[in-house]
Amino acid sequence: MPLYESTFIARQDLSKQDVTKLADNFSAIIQQGGGKVVKNEYWGLRGLAYKINKSRKGHYVMLGIDAPATALKEMERNLRNNEDVIRNLTIRVDAMEEGPSAMLQQSRSREEGYAPEGEAVPDAVVADDAVIN
Amino acid sequence: MERPQEAGAGRKVFFRRKKTCPLTGPNAPKIDYKDVKLLQRFISERGKILPSRITSVSHKKQRGLAEAIKRARNLALLPFVAQ
Repeated sequence: MPLYESTFIARQDLSKQDVTKLADNFSAIIQQGGGKVVKNEYWGLRGLAYKINKSRKGHYVMLGIDAPATALKEMERNLRNNEDVIRNLTIRVDAMEEGPSAMLQQSRSREEGYAPEGEAVPDAVVADDAVIN
Repeated sequence: MERPQEAGAGRKVFFRRKKTCPLTGPNAPKIDYKDVKLLQRFISERGKILPSRITSVSHKKQRGLAEAIKRARNLALLPFVAQ
């Protein structure tokens, strides 16, 4: 069965329990269709980069799915029809990532006050050039 | 980031190290629409995708990168237009 990643944004005025219930709902649809949900990530209430349906924030949920196309179609139809879901994106992936996705790693590192390594690289490049010139 | 200067032909005063693709190699980060921090390095302040001649991303990776940025925009992780 093909692997999919399905992310959706739920309205901001839902509680966390509502969002979990919503995710369970979609998982149930997948299971009824003969698939299984390999991964269930809740990214939390995040600010949106732009307003969607007048809301500035939304609950992000990502599901890793291993299911036949028919089950996925049915779930996508439900995602579109559900009024609590303001945006959704489902893509097919070749392999499911191990462990939590980049999104969860980021939020954890921010809590620990960790400085990203990415910042150090441009400095090193500048320094190199200065020596050469 | 540095940009190649208009140096006269034949003048080898300004030796510029050839930059390699930051997304290729053994421990290069994997392009993923969920990795917002990584993607933000390849968009302008305005939110536009930077051309690969500035970021020196290889052509193949640039295609994947553009795809990932567009997915992230769709999920409101990145802006279409930023002030």
